[in-house]
Amino acid sequence: MIWVIARREIAAMFLAPLAWIILAVVQAILGYMFLANLDNFFLLQPQLIRLENTPGVTDIVITPLMQIAAIILLMVMPLMTMRSIAEEKRQRTLSLLVSAPLSMTEIVLGKFFGLVGFVVILVSLLMLMPLSLYLGTSPDAGKLLSIYVGMLLLLSAFAAIGLYLSSLTESQTIAAVSTFGTLLMLWIIDWAGASLESGQSVVAYLSMLQHHQRMLEGVFDTADLAYYAIVIVGFLGLTIRQLDRERLL
Amino acid sequence: MTETLVRVDNLSRDYQAQRAVNQVSFSLQAGEVLGFLGPNGAGKSTTMQVISGNLAPSEGEISIAGHDIIDNPRAAKRHLGYLPEHPPVYREASVDEFLSYCARLHGLRGADVATARARVKQQCGLDSVGTRLIGNLSKGYQQRVGIAQAIVHDPPVVILDEPTVGLDPIQIREIRDLIRSLGSERSVILSTHILSEVQATCDRVQIIRAGELIYNASIESLERGHEHSVRVALRAAVDGDNLLALDGVDHVERLDEDRFRVFLAPGADSDALVQTAVREDWGLYELVPEQQSLEDLFIELTHEHEVAGS
Repeated sequence: MIWVIARREIAAMFLAPLAWIILAVVQAILGYMFLANLDNFFLLQPQLIRLENTPGVTDIVITPLMQIAAIILLMVMPLMTMRSIAEEKRQRTLSLLVSAPLSMTEIVLGKFFGLVGFVVILVSLLMLMPLSLYLGTSPDAGKLLSIYVGMLLLLSAFAAIGLYLSSLTESQTIAAVSTFGTLLMLWIIDWAGASLESGQSVVAYLSMLQHHQRMLEGVFDTADLAYYAIVIVGFLGLTIRQLDRERLL
Repeated sequence: MTETLVRVDNLSRDYQAQRAVNQVSFSLQAGEVLGFLGPNGAGKSTTMQVISGNLAPSEGEISIAGHDIIDNPRAAKRHLGYLPEHPPVYREASVDEFLSYCARLHGLRGADVATARARVKQQCGLDSVGTRLIGNLSKGYQQRVGIAQAIVHDPPVVILDEPTVGLDPIQIREIRDLIRSLGSERSVILSTHILSEVQATCDRVQIIRAGELIYNASIESLERGHEHSVRVALRAAVDGDNLLALDGVDHVERLDEDRFRVFLAPGADSDALVQTAVREDWGLYELVPEQQSLEDLFIELTHEHEVAGS
């Protein structure tokens, strides 16, 4: 059942031009950044050779690329999540799902996994850039895997947050803007914490940037996994609760 | 045929402080088409939404084919097809894609999906538009897609909320034929504010006004029941008591010098009246059965209610 909804969500995304355009724009911008980073690497290479314990091509080309990718996708994901539920509410098609023998959990998970499907396509396309390095050199495979999983988790967390905010409104614009605001806030929340010694650890833990950064560096920590799991499960739970609550209003 | 498919007990529904539906109870047997009639804003759509599980009831119980909609929603919804006021169709999908999706949502798999789709397309007259996008279809066709969506999983109970709104007269007739054909094998609840629609398609009618059920009868008894007054005009000077003494006369109302309105007891006819009039030489020169249309009844009932309420 979840799969039936997820499959339709993905099909609907690719029936409209938005998904294609987002993939194209993100790929074009990051392709250019990749090229610039690669140029940079060639410039630095003569000096790096003389150092001991040098950072590899993965650290110099791929990690910064994915840092920028995360920020670009922070702006792009709200555009993908905004229509999920808001559109159904506006078109009054939600009752199709509600009247079917499905629980709210199945409906919300179906929507979420539809978005995750898009995320997998998007991140897999981005990963073709680092994989192309295998043509000329040997990047750190373990690090690449950590980056791949890190990106998937980050964007899935974005999707869960976007899905919740989309369930609160009928307006796609409001859903997109509030999702963008929430994501940006979660991203920069440790900026304030950096100057306040006492509360720093809590605020830093809330920041998505911190957790993402560690996975990009190849640190695969259960604390980071737990963070993403809590964000995803939490916001999906809120979405289910919101939709259930609307039946009572 | 006497299986009760829908049972609604003391259903109430509040929107904040406002009570939209108040203590409504009714039940629906298999093979029955129930017309749910009421002016705009009377609580028809709210009742439909609650029965279909789209809104939670504030009070009361609803069971569909023996399954409680709150305690066991999955089983209840499996026996239910629902067309809301606005057909829930995806404008960017084609008719075929959409109906296949609906069939899968209701748990159909594999070849069953295509079979069910072909069946409802044929039933709803959608054969020629299978590959077209729903958004490009006319309102009438979109409405049919909405009905097809409600019956694609072959449910024993179908709820249609104002299915003929915004259609032209020919489309209305087609949809009514379709509803009647559905009613032969299923239980159908049809909400509408068009009176002739109920007379044309339903077995039973319920009138709801300001959230309360104020009338519930079969169409047959409605039509029969209101033949029950005859207007007679007699040349001879006859007293109302003479008429009242006759078999089967319930009460008599004098209209003018010669004319009376005679109310007959249920099941009685005017034979005794005619025979006596001939025998006694009352000079009967006019006898008009008075049939009250659903429209009169509707206006009378809703008006009475208004007067009582104010």
